[in-house]
Amino acid sequence: MVEKTPILDFLTYAFLMLGILIVGFPIIYSLIAATLPLDEVSRVPMPLIPGDQFMVNIKEAWSRGDLGTQITNSIIMASGITLGKITVSMIGAFSIVYFDYKFRKIAFASVFCTLMLPVEVRILPTYEMAANVLSPLQVVWEFLRLDGIVSWFTQNDFSLTLNWSLLDSYTGLILPLVASATCTFLFRQFFLTVPEELCEAAKIDGASPMTFFRKILFPLSKTNIAALVVIEFVYGYNQYLWPLLVTTNPKMTTAVIGLQNLIPQADDLPEWNIALGAALLVMLPPVLVVLFMQRWFVKGLIEKEK
Amino acid sequence: MRPFFAMIKRSHFKSRSLPYLLILPQAVVTLTFFYWPAIQGMIQSFLLSDPFGRKSRFVWFYNYIELFSDPLYLKSILITFVFSLATAAVSISLGLFIAAMANRALRATALVRTMLIWPYAVAPAISGIMWLFLLHPSYGIVAIGVKNWLGVDWNPVLYGSDAMVMIVMASAWKEVSYNFVFFMAGMQAIPKSLIEAAAIDGAGPFRRFWTITVPLLSPTFFFLMVMNIIYAFFETFGIIHTVTQGGPGGSTNTLVYKVYQDGFVGLNLGSSSAQSVVLMLLIILITFLQFRFVEKKVQYSG
Repeated sequence: MVEKTPILDFLTYAFLMLGILIVGFPIIYSLIAATLPLDEVSRVPMPLIPGDQFMVNIKEAWSRGDLGTQITNSIIMASGITLGKITVSMIGAFSIVYFDYKFRKIAFASVFCTLMLPVEVRILPTYEMAANVLSPLQVVWEFLRLDGIVSWFTQNDFSLTLNWSLLDSYTGLILPLVASATCTFLFRQFFLTVPEELCEAAKIDGASPMTFFRKILFPLSKTNIAALVVIEFVYGYNQYLWPLLVTTNPKMTTAVIGLQNLIPQADDLPEWNIALGAALLVMLPPVLVVLFMQRWFVKGLIEKEK
Repeated sequence: MRPFFAMIKRSHFKSRSLPYLLILPQAVVTLTFFYWPAIQGMIQSFLLSDPFGRKSRFVWFYNYIELFSDPLYLKSILITFVFSLATAAVSISLGLFIAAMANRALRATALVRTMLIWPYAVAPAISGIMWLFLLHPSYGIVAIGVKNWLGVDWNPVLYGSDAMVMIVMASAWKEVSYNFVFFMAGMQAIPKSLIEAAAIDGAGPFRRFWTITVPLLSPTFFFLMVMNIIYAFFETFGIIHTVTQGGPGGSTNTLVYKVYQDGFVGLNLGSSSAQSVVLMLLIILITFLQFRFVEKKVQYSG
């Protein structure tokens, strides 16, 4: 760096290697376990030389855990959340920053406040909401005694029950996680740094707001969008509590939750080779996304928290 | 400067309906899945209901009084604080250590980053499964090492403290890469001239690290402290659910896990809602502290 310190440099690299090894060890160890047959994986201590049973274990894990269905579900959920969040918050931020209207401040303030409410702190009421999304309308309906009014008008007994359940559906997995104050906030911050001249020029040329959005603002936001795609895909794919609550049908479960069934319990055969093989398969999609889009991801992660 | 919420572009559009249309999706989702449930939760926390939610009675602060006189809840608060502080301490110190090494090894920064960044993408639950195997009392290699070399009677299925160590390891491991990325960015933002000036004045590498790098990283450090604690509070549900399920004997039953246990397994709706409200207040407090004390100080040069 500044001066020559050969011994310290050597130690630096040695410790760095050690650090990387510590971080990588759980994966390497799981990978070795996933290549061994049952009798070797349950030997104490487990051999550290990879075996040749990798494909066998993976196939077994794939069919036993129904991983095809579950990974598909996870990817649908993650993509839906990513796409939904980015669309909703981008046009929302556009509205807040580029238009002057009466409820602008209230709209932004009320979105901003949700920054503090992760799904984990409002589990039960959000679940009840998902079980019947129309329940607020029902409450309003009952509060206004509209049953009685309609009965009086039609001279018949009338009662209205509104029910639309999101349980065990992709909508239910995706929609409640789509609202995101962080994304809206990020786009707002970014839009505020876009030069004023661009909008002035667009207006002089007679561009409509949506043309300005499509032709100028959207292309300028590409880096931000790329970073958010990574962050939100990982977030969506790795969700645990929400899918656990909303899905009961095994065909709708996500992969991360399905893994629970493959962990050997006290009385089972200790088939850790299969459980870990499945775990490695399930973690693959988000890991690949992060590795391939690393450059945008690191930039976005740091920007996002500023 | 204009107030925070009122900021707008000097050059903006005028339209009667378009801005409302654009904010509508966000407004609908926010109202349906944030505000309505939050209000419902607050109302529910003042009610005493039967397990099926058919009958309920207004009981003022009964649920809260019950909650704070319940030794299990007080124990859960303690557990949560121990767990999140331990997780933050382990992952921050490991992240700082690796970042300090990587920052010196200028040759291979990109490669090192690639090799360290991916645990961020691993689901907490999967991290839990891997550590469950590594620390398994009869098969886990780390557990065997601990037993043979340190002579510890390691058994997370029986001993609460061992189970706590296990979930701390699984949670901290995943978070090291996040901390590493931020420390690395913080270190690279430190002006080289500062380091060189100190070197000319005769300060060695260690002295420079402790007297220049570490103080200049303090905003990053505080920020990561907050983020790691939030992570340990709210995002480790998957780890606890796969690894210990709150056991043995409630020794890893953190606040968030207890809301789930009491609400969905125990069907005690009033208590679970009161717990949610307490958590909400807690996270509002954390966010406030973060904005009040951390956001202001984020400056590297000056």
